[in-house]
This record gives sequence, structure tokens and C-alpha cells, in this order.
Amino acid sequence: MNFKAKLGGALLAAALSTTAFHGAFAQEDTIKIGVLHSLSGTMAISETTLKDAMLMLVEEQNKKGGVLGKKLEAVVVDPASDWPLFAEKARQLISQDKVAAVFGCWTSSSRKSVLPVFEELNSILFYPVQYEGEESSRNIFYTGAAPNQQAIPAVDYLAETEGVERWVLAGTDYVYPQTTNKILKAYLMSKGVAEEDIMINYTPFGHSDWQTIVTDIKNFGSAGKKTAVVSTINGDANVPFYKELANQGVKAEDIPVVAFSVGEEELAGLDTAPLVGHLAAWNYFQSVESEANAQFIEQWHAFTKNDKRVTNDPMEAAYIGFNAWVKAVEAAGTTDTDAVLDSIIGVSVPNLSGGTSTVMPNHHITKPVLIGEIQADGQFEVVQETPPVVGDEWSDYLPDSKDLIADWRKPMECGNFNVATGKCGGKGS
Amino acid sequence: MNPKKLLQTFLILILSALAAPAFAQGADPKPLFNQLADANFNRAEELISQIAATGDPRVVSALEAFAEGDLYFRKSDKAVFIAKAAGSNVALTDALTGESAGDAPKAAVTKIRVNNNLRRVIRSALGGLTLLSPDRAVRLSAADAVLRSPSPENLELVEAALAKETDAEVKTRMEEARAVSLLSSDRSVEEKRAAIETIRNYGGRDAIGILRAAYGSADASLQTEIDAAVASIEGDLALWDMAQNVWYGLSLGSVLLLAAIGLAITFGVMGIINMAHGEMVMLGAYSTFVVQELIRANAPGLFDWSLAIALPVAFIVTGAVGLVLERGVIRFLYGRPLETLLATWGVSLILQQAIRSIFGPTNREVGNPSWMSGSFGLGGMTVTWNRLWIIVFSLTIFFALLVLLKRSAFGLQMRAVTQNRRMASSMGIRTPWIDAFTFALGSGIAGIAGVALSQIDNVSPNLGQSYIIDSFMVVVFGGVGNLWGTLVGAMSLGILNKFLEPSVGAVLGKILVLVLIILFIQKRPRGLFALKGRAVEA
Repeated sequence: MNFKAKLGGALLAAALSTTAFHGAFAQEDTIKIGVLHSLSGTMAISETTLKDAMLMLVEEQNKKGGVLGKKLEAVVVDPASDWPLFAEKARQLISQDKVAAVFGCWTSSSRKSVLPVFEELNSILFYPVQYEGEESSRNIFYTGAAPNQQAIPAVDYLAETEGVERWVLAGTDYVYPQTTNKILKAYLMSKGVAEEDIMINYTPFGHSDWQTIVTDIKNFGSAGKKTAVVSTINGDANVPFYKELANQGVKAEDIPVVAFSVGEEELAGLDTAPLVGHLAAWNYFQSVESEANAQFIEQWHAFTKNDKRVTNDPMEAAYIGFNAWVKAVEAAGTTDTDAVLDSIIGVSVPNLSGGTSTVMPNHHITKPVLIGEIQADGQFEVVQETPPVVGDEWSDYLPDSKDLIADWRKPMECGNFNVATGKCGGKGS
Repeated sequence: MNPKKLLQTFLILILSALAAPAFAQGADPKPLFNQLADANFNRAEELISQIAATGDPRVVSALEAFAEGDLYFRKSDKAVFIAKAAGSNVALTDALTGESAGDAPKAAVTKIRVNNNLRRVIRSALGGLTLLSPDRAVRLSAADAVLRSPSPENLELVEAALAKETDAEVKTRMEEARAVSLLSSDRSVEEKRAAIETIRNYGGRDAIGILRAAYGSADASLQTEIDAAVASIEGDLALWDMAQNVWYGLSLGSVLLLAAIGLAITFGVMGIINMAHGEMVMLGAYSTFVVQELIRANAPGLFDWSLAIALPVAFIVTGAVGLVLERGVIRFLYGRPLETLLATWGVSLILQQAIRSIFGPTNREVGNPSWMSGSFGLGGMTVTWNRLWIIVFSLTIFFALLVLLKRSAFGLQMRAVTQNRRMASSMGIRTPWIDAFTFALGSGIAGIAGVALSQIDNVSPNLGQSYIIDSFMVVVFGGVGNLWGTLVGAMSLGILNKFLEPSVGAVLGKILVLVLIILFIQKRPRGLFALKGRAVEA
């Protein structure tokens, strides 16, 4: 299926590259920003929503008078779920369309593909999705959660509140689950969990036959200790996984599943009544009660002309990233990359869970971690909220990254400073 | 008022006077419920055990509502109610008496939050409270609840219930529940030894979990018995695990069969490399979605029939698309496999993007009818209903198709055309139309496969992509042009996959299966059941 997706992507890309459409009428006095999300191919399922969210944010900002007295104009391109095409499209946005900043990417592979382009052409990317960490670039802002803003608080919650002692780390076989599980395993073992109480299981993309694995989980859970599943299962594979859990009668009260990639959008394709009580950890849920969130949801429903459309965590991350950029541009008085990179650090903007998020020198942001339980209506109910947590780019639990920090302020300006040797460089350089 | 009624009233008065002190033994649960309004999770847990300790039978429905998340408190006076949505308002009923307390706007009430831990505590408390229920089914589920959340507090309740129990099945379950609760209590070693024996006879994975949980706190002499009991249960389960694996293999095989069976016609019989086959499956799944939406909107009572209604709809829709595809594109490309491959590929992308534009890129919810949800135990195996029905369904389609090909006039003409087109044409068969209808039949079958697959997989525009490789794999492995080959190929690949998966993992298992197929094709290029005779050479 992979080669087909790739070739299909390439064909579509060829068809679409000539017709990349522009969001608004080209005007003389506009500031252009790029929107780099797949609108076709396998990732369209997730990324199309973010494209819509960006267009909405631009529209709202223009209603308020734009930025620096100019209207914003969104330039939308379609990289078609094809990682090398992301780099090409990014180059096109920066060099041809002269955009001031780009908002986009979903998978880590696509981010890694565009990273050298942004560094070479010195532009700015806002990346709105939770990721595995172990990266910091001068030109990228990571407004999604790092592992310490999602995975670790979730594991803590299960251990403390539910008394979990045995862990199944189940994920899709690619970089985000593998790195996250590596960090989680190191973290759990540092907390005194024995190696035989951790089971790690990987499945291919789009895995649809979960019978054996759910049985394995049930068997692993019959060792007399409270067991939980930490799921980094990605995208489409979740629906058959949860269906199998429900059918085999694995209840959240017995073996809870906490997921890091399942949000309101993913639950939209499921009957959630048998799943009540399974958990997810994010920095935002649609059900969060705050004035900013109520307003955001109302705007979203009006913009999409559909009052059933759900909001989700990456949308909040896009919201924070966009507003932080606007504020930084206003402070700098220009959209020039170097000036904005300087002025954005320390910028605080309201987030949707009722607090504020601050852009930190390591290009990550502060935000609270929310643990939610799935409800019968497909929404989450928050059962725990932490104070704001600073995103940690280099995990403290992995031996080769625990000494690294990133600080992009002058004079350090380094994405991988080794505090043990006192030198900039090392892993990731 | 006649004397009879007077007597009745009198009796009721006396009875209620007698009953009142009985409730007063425990505290009145009402103020305890009202305290839930501003309790955190830990406090709520204490309150639940206090509420259960009152023994008041009225708390059962209130606690059930709490576990369901239907318990709310009124912001104005912090009184606790059971609330159900009624339009833009919520209808409030008193938590204990069940009397209506009128409607309130949604903003005036707040939900009392419940988490997994509280649900567990409530389940255990309810188990203890309902052990004496007059309803046999309630008693059985109460015993189950106690069995699943052992606590020494429930021990006496179970023993009291056991003394009164007459139904054999409930009695056995209660004895098991008693044994489980006893293991975590401070009763004597002898009693615990008997309990271990009872749990050993109960068997299954749950029993292993219960015994292992008790292991740490058990007496040294009991630990060896627990070890022996666990080993003996595991011995029983080994054979069942094998059976379970075969079952999973058959189930995976039936999914492969469903995905491949349409292709066995378009590719196997007609020789068209049809890359749009997966999209036919997807169209079938979307037809199911549309049918279910219409039923939900217009006739919710028919929901359990939605799949039966979706079958002909999906067949007609995808069959029609197949017919148009054959007449519009493929008939110009016969004998040119590479062009066919590219053209059908293009068609598959067009269909995907069309569906994406119409229904949106996100997953659509296709519900499971009640008869396809849940599972039942068969010895040491768990059989899920949806998988069972899919196996039955795929075999039904397979044999129906076999009969159609071997016993009908259309099947005869179809075979004639594929075996010797010119001679069939000379005999007066309109070969172009046979081609078109054969392709439509293959597509239609892919469509009804989509109806079944919508029950276990995502309904998204990408649905078809995940099945196309598997389908070709099955048809090529089984032998092109032979339906039996497709059946045997699908089932053997399914079982092979499921036997590799537990030992090498899902990722490596899939790779190994592919490698084995490549090696097999090297040895037998025509697959398991190769066609023989002149038709092959033609």
C-alpha cells in the first residue's frame, strides 16, 4: 500500500502543483503567510482541518485590521502527504511567494524534510503537532507538546490515581512512537518499574486486525497487577483497535488505555459508548470550559458552516503559534525573520484552556497538560489539569540527550548546548 | 371508604412505621449524596462507601446514574439530582425517590465528575447491594461485579446471599465470588486453601490474575498451592490458545477473502489488473454509511436491519460504477496490461478524491448493529460476534458466487468468453456485454465486501488502499482464475499470519509472509491451484 500511496501522491502533486490556489485576492499591501498542510493523500484526514483553522485565524485577524496595518493573505499549497514534496513546496512558498512565515507540517518526517529548507532560506515554521522531541532548530517553533508535556504526566496520572504497576506501550512502527516509548521506558524504570512489567508492541501503519494484540494485552494484564495501555497508535489504526477492545470487553475500569494521538477528530468515526473511561492526554480538549474556547468554537462553527465540526489540540497549537507570531511581528514592527526571531521569545498569548502560553528560548511553549476520559458523546472530560509545563526539547531520561539544552537567545544561540562539556554541538548538530 | 380499604391503609401505615427504623440503622443517604456536589475524587470515594454502608435499597439507581455520569448538582442550592437531557433543558429527578423535580436550563446544573476509579468503587458497592435482588439476572451480575473487584467488605454480604440462593448457576458464581473475596480477607489458611481450589475450577485468564494478585500477601504454604493452581490453569489454556489462534487466522482469512473475492473475478477470471478494486470496497463502505444515515434520520427502528438494506444498495452502486468504468475506460485497453494498470490507478485516485470532496477527509461513523457487537466465551476462547458474522458472510458470498459461475447461464457464458473469446462470439454470445457485466459483478462483490469491512475498519477515503495489496497477494498466491484457490489462499495466509504474529510481532510477521509468498511464487508461478489446459496458453 505504501508504494501506491507514494506514486499516487506524486501523480496528484504533479496535477496540483500547477494549480496551487491562493487564499485571498492578491493585494499590493498584504503580508503573505504560507499554509503547508496535505490536502490529499493519507494525511489529508488530519491536516485538512488545520488548513481550515489557519484560514479562519487569518480571516479573524483581518477583521481586527490585520498586522502592521496590512491585511494578511494565506498562501495554501498541497504537499500531498509526500515528504520530499513538503521540502519543494516550502521552498516555493519562501522563494517565490515570499511568505513571512509558514504554518504547517504534521508528521515528523515532513518536518525533518522541510527543516534544512527553512534554515537555508532563513524563514520561520510554526509546527502545531505533538512530537517526540530531540530536536531544536533556530527557524522552527514547536507549539505542539513535547513528550514531557503529554506522555510523562499521563503516565504519572495512571500510576498515582489508578495505581497502575504494569504497562503495555503499544505504538505504530515509526519515529514518534519509538522515541516516545524509549523515553517512557527509561522514565518508568527510573521510577522502579521492573523490566518484565513493561511490554512494548509495534504494529504497521493502518493495522486493522487487532485480535491477537488485544488478547496479548488481556493476558499481560492477568498477572495480578493493575495494568494500563499507553497508546501511540497513529491515525487510522485507532478505530479498529478501539472497536476490538470494545468487542472483546476490555473495559476502562479493568485495563485503561491512554492515547496520545486520539483526539475529538479521531473519535468522530466511532461509537464511543463502550469506550467511556479510556483516556487521552493533550493540552486542550474541546470540552474545556473557558471564555476563549467558547469563542473559538463559535468562530469555528461559523467559519465551517457546520456546528458539528469538532476542535482539537493541534488546532489550539496553531492558534497559539499564529497569535504569538502576530504579537512578535507587532513588537518588532517588521516581518523580517531575524527581528521576529528576536522579539518572539518571551511573548505570552492566551491559550484556549483559560491561561496563557509563553514562547520559551528553546522554541517550545508553556502549556498545561490535561488528562481526559472519553465520554459517550465523543468528547473528553478533564479529570486532571497540571500547571503550565515548559516543553523539554531534549529529554532528561535518555542518556545521550540528558545533558543537552537549547537556548536561541543571544549570545548562546545554540540548539544543542551540552551543559556537561560546556560546548555547543553534539547530538542533532 | 369501605372497611377493606380501611384495613389496607391501616396495614400500610403499620408497615411503613416498622420499615422506617430499618432505614434508620444506617444514616440517611440523602445528605451524603448532597455532599458529592463539592467533593473531589478522593472524598467522593469515601462518600460512596458511606452511601453503600447505609444499605438503603434506594441508593442503587442513584449510584448507577452516578457511574453513568448522569448525576448533576443544582448550582443554586447544591442539591443532587439525576439529570437527563430534554431539548435545551435537562429534566431533573430526585436521586433517591425518582420523583420528578422539574426542568432546569443546562447552565443551572453541573455534572458531578466520575473517573475510572470511582466507577470501579461504585461497581463493587453495587455488587454488594444487589446480591439479594429478587431478579435472577441482577443477582448474577452482582456476583460478577464482586468477583471482578474483590474486597473483604463484600465477604459477609456474599455469604449471606449464598445462604439464601437457590439458583444453581448464580450459586456457583457466588461461591466463586466468595472465594475471591475470601483470599483478600484475614480468614484461616484452611478456608483460603478451599478458596484457591474453587478459583482453580473457575479457570480462565481471570482466575490466573486473581491468584497472582493474592500471591504476594499469601501464607508461604499457600504460595506453593497458588503456583500449582496457576500452572494447572495455564496447562488447560494452552490448547485453547492454539484454538484461539486458528480462529483468529480464519477470521483474518475471511477478511482477506472478502477483499480479494471481487478481484478474483476482475483480475482472476478476466485478467484485468484492476488497481481501482480497493476503491470499490470503499464505495461499498460509504454506501453503508449513507444507508445508515438515512435510517437514523427516518426510521431509527430499522437500524438493526441497516446492513441487510445496505447490501443490495452497495452492490448496485459499485456494480454501476464498475459497468461505467468498463464501458468508459477498460474496454479500450484489453490486451494492454500496463495501460490498464495506469488507467485504473488514475481512476482509483479520482474516486478517492471525489469521496474526500463529498464526505470530507475524516472518518465516518458506521455503527454496529446490536447483533454484531460484543463477544461470547467458548471454553477458553473469546469469540467476537462481528468476526463470527464476517466469516459466515464471506463464505456465503463465496459459495453463492461459485454457484453463479458453475450453474447459471450467465456463468456459462462468462466462462466461455474467458476461455475462448472467438468461439464464444461465433456461438452468438455478445462478448462485449459479457465483459461489461462480469466486471460489474466483480465490482459489485467488492462493494458488498465493503459493507462487511465497514464493521471492523475505518470508513475513510483511504479504506481501499489498505486492501489492494492484500487482495492481489491472495489472488496470485491462490492461483489466478480459480475461486477455490482464492479461498484456500486467503485462509492459509490468515492462519500463517496469526501464528507468526505472537512470536515475531505484527511488523515482522507481515514481512515474513510477503517473503514466503515471493519464494512460493518462484517455485510455483501459477499459484496454489494452477489452471491447466489450453485456456492458460491462450
